[in-house]
Amino acid sequence: MQEKARHRGSQNAADRDDENTHSGSIAAYTTGLGFALLLTGASFLVSQTHLLWHPGVPAGLAVLAIAQMGVHLVFFLHISTRPDNTNNVLALAFGILIVTLVVSGSLWIMAHLNSNMVSPAAIMEMQR
Amino acid sequence: MNAEAASTELSEVTGAAARRALAESGPAPVAIVVAYGFWIFLLSDIIMFSALFASYAVLSGQTAGGPAGRDLFNLHHVGVETVCLLFSSYTCGLGLLAVERRRLDGFYLSFALTFVLGATFLGLEISEFTSLVARGAGPSRSAFLSAFFSLVGLHGVHVCIGLIWLLFTVAQVAARGPRDFVRRRLLCFSLFWHALDIIWVGLLTLVYLMGAS
Amino acid sequence: MLGKLTWSAIPLGQPIPMAASLFITIGVFAVLGLVTWKGWWPYVWREWLTSVDHKRIGVMYVLLALVLLLRGFIDAIMMRSQLAIAAGGAQGYLPPEHYDQIFSAHGTIMIFFMAMPFMVGLMNFVVPLQLGVRDVAFPALNAISFWLTASGALLVNLSLVVGEFARTGWLAYPPLSELQFSPGVGVDYYLWALQIAGIGTLLAGINMVTTILKMRAPGMSYMRMPVFCWTALASNLLIVAAFPILTATFGMLLLDRYAGMHFFTNDGGGNAMLYFNLIWAWGHPEVYILILPAFGIFSEVIATFSGKALFGYRSMVLATMAICLLSFMVWLHHFFTMGAGADVNAFFGIMSMIIAVPTGVKVFNWLFTLYQGRIRFEVPLLWTIGFMVTFTIGGLSGVLMAVPPADFVLHNSLFLVAHFHNVIIGGVFFGGMAGYNYWFPKAFGFTLDKRLGIVSFWCWFVGFYLAFMPLYVLGLLGMTRRMQHYADLSWQPYMIVAEIGALVILCGIVATIAQLIVSIRQRERHRDRGGDPWNGRTLEWSTASPPPAYNFAVLPEVASLDAFWIMKLRGNRMPVEHFESIRMPKNSANGFVTAFFAVVMGFALIWHIWWMAIFGLVSAAITLVVFGWLERGENEVSGEELAMSERARLRPVDAT
Repeated sequence: MQEKARHRGSQNAADRDDENTHSGSIAAYTTGLGFALLLTGASFLVSQTHLLWHPGVPAGLAVLAIAQMGVHLVFFLHISTRPDNTNNVLALAFGILIVTLVVSGSLWIMAHLNSNMVSPAAIMEMQR
Repeated sequence: MNAEAASTELSEVTGAAARRALAESGPAPVAIVVAYGFWIFLLSDIIMFSALFASYAVLSGQTAGGPAGRDLFNLHHVGVETVCLLFSSYTCGLGLLAVERRRLDGFYLSFALTFVLGATFLGLEISEFTSLVARGAGPSRSAFLSAFFSLVGLHGVHVCIGLIWLLFTVAQVAARGPRDFVRRRLLCFSLFWHALDIIWVGLLTLVYLMGAS
Repeated sequence: MLGKLTWSAIPLGQPIPMAASLFITIGVFAVLGLVTWKGWWPYVWREWLTSVDHKRIGVMYVLLALVLLLRGFIDAIMMRSQLAIAAGGAQGYLPPEHYDQIFSAHGTIMIFFMAMPFMVGLMNFVVPLQLGVRDVAFPALNAISFWLTASGALLVNLSLVVGEFARTGWLAYPPLSELQFSPGVGVDYYLWALQIAGIGTLLAGINMVTTILKMRAPGMSYMRMPVFCWTALASNLLIVAAFPILTATFGMLLLDRYAGMHFFTNDGGGNAMLYFNLIWAWGHPEVYILILPAFGIFSEVIATFSGKALFGYRSMVLATMAICLLSFMVWLHHFFTMGAGADVNAFFGIMSMIIAVPTGVKVFNWLFTLYQGRIRFEVPLLWTIGFMVTFTIGGLSGVLMAVPPADFVLHNSLFLVAHFHNVIIGGVFFGGMAGYNYWFPKAFGFTLDKRLGIVSFWCWFVGFYLAFMPLYVLGLLGMTRRMQHYADLSWQPYMIVAEIGALVILCGIVATIAQLIVSIRQRERHRDRGGDPWNGRTLEWSTASPPPAYNFAVLPEVASLDAFWIMKLRGNRMPVEHFESIRMPKNSANGFVTAFFAVVMGFALIWHIWWMAIFGLVSAAITLVVFGWLERGENEVSGEELAMSERARLRPVDAT
């Protein structure tokens, strides 16, 4: 309750300039910290113990990482679905799209290029 | 009326109508423009990291007969680094809240903690790098190590720049007080600092945890 | 003490570089001398070098582009002349080591320091005016962007005088660009110039995206923005998305060269193909960054000179954003032959064909706009019609090569060279010239001479076809690119025709220069007094020519698309009294000084003068910190000053 009262008080004290930059509350940050710590711990556990079926470890780590990035975005960076946040969300979506295209595209392309590369031994053989 | 009040009222109408009203309300207030511009910059920075991530992923197996990740990474060390950086993100957020509420001593304390935690992270990372180089596993040993040092190193360089920026920000708050333009820059700094933690999550997972397992 | 720099870096033994160096040095000192003798430095410093006004910065970008066009064109004519004579056993007049530098410099300069600044400059000048606002989101950052770009241009040209340029083509592929095979400073000049300029461009992209999304006149929703602003948005989103990849990739090559790393080396596990992949992941979006603003220019010009609203606004917007997204899904078509295999090649081949569709939509919309319009054949429209024919051919040859089996024959042949010159000259350059002729009166207050404009256009148009159509044939006959001489004498006639084409283009360039000189001399005759010489449709034409520093005394209330046209139809009058005071940003030396230190740092890094590099970097950082410490300086322009200025400059707006 005190928490909310402080929050409302600061709303009134804040300048005109502040509106969209309002940074949430201590509760939000603490919750975010808690989730992030949990997810970090889980990542270490998944990677270092046999809790998760071995072939699923990379996928599990990826999911945990994405979840933690989401926690950061929501609790620390205050990405939300409010109308004044739409541009931010769109920009983020664009960024995620580009990152996905570049990383997965590069991996797909390089894997194929590498697999079609003649091995050095075979090149030596051809030069004989 | 300010944009937040407008949008709160209008969210009672529909999201789409609210968005249209915002789009037509003329140039946005400076604080929003600055924050958005910085957000776009952060996205571009993340894309730059993703090119290095992609390179790391492609080259991570190319150890040229030298050591691989699992031979080199110390996960305890990495765990401490992670916790330091995460808590520094938290204290940074608290510092921002303190300034909004004009509690400047709270701000100085939070940012001092942020600095110490960030500097600890950086110190640990530098010690990791120097020990790797001393073991003959420097960046010129193999493609894998080149990619490792560059990717993790670039993040470290960003942290270093962030720490310098932090000092500069604290100095501005001290010298000028929590005025509009100082608070805008503070917000940009905190966005930067949080983004570095997000990138670290990716680094931790892709480089250290997947490399070591 | 001075790293690798010695007196032998000056090309005393080589006549052509020596002549070029003398020419450039004398030219630069002549200009500086003239400014000093006439006492213009205070004016130049105050009004241009420290300006943060988007209009001034836009003009400087275009000026940079036109000057570098001359340098890039001289490289081109040297290459054409060489190839016209080096047939059979003849060796021509340019040795291979020199020829390689020329084609590398030609490509680098034309793309990074001609086409990019041309488009960025036009966007800088026009977008805030079309959006109905007073400047971009971050004016001081805008100045920094320009000066960093100019720094890159300076470094590239410095390589003529001191040292050498890269011999690796405009993209510097490894392993040739690695230290082992390019131990000289050429590749370093290339890399540092482009890293510095690339940062400038990235910052400009961030600036423009923020401006378009967050700063528009009241009432201007997204679907009321002019199409040029949509294409500027798409182009700048691509800049923000693609340039970081360039920075990272060049960074990795620099680390290989300077720190002995193994990203792309032959040994140590490096993978040169990774460079190809990443550089083209930037490179393909780059060409869309160049062409999208040109598309926007054509949309504006066609609508204005047909006297009709652009046909299919909504589909234009959708096509633009579709091109924006698709441009990130085709990049492998630049290295089909590198061996990714059938399924990867097929995917990217199909995507490359799909990306032609939204462009086709645009072409049809332009045609439908022209159809049944009251067409006025002003110079910008000539360039536009020239574009529509030429770019279509170039696009078709591109779609031909998008078929992987065809590309296996045509990759890196002159067919490819013809294709990309077709689309870049026919698309980007013609667009730049259309925009230059169209917006020149807005920028300077008088129109350009029409007759010389027509001459320039026709010389460029005819010259282009003469210079590049033979190259399509040669490509099919088997001639590859970047050849310093060739054995097959049957190719020579084509090369001679191409050389003639280049000479005709030279006439076009001379005509453009003449057009500028004549127009300045006769400016009173061509004075644009109303601000609206073409009966335009968009808001930039509602301002005076040239606009006052603040653009609009009162931000216009926008109620529809083609806002100015509607204002004219309704007989709206611009107010001339009761203005509120406004704040405009002060000038800032930040950009110029930072860029100066960037050049120092770049030069030092190239020559391995480590103390100087550190000095340059630290000084640049200190400059940014010092300017950052100071609050953003603003001038207040009072209501009375605005009223006086508006009364003096504007007549009431009239519908024509």
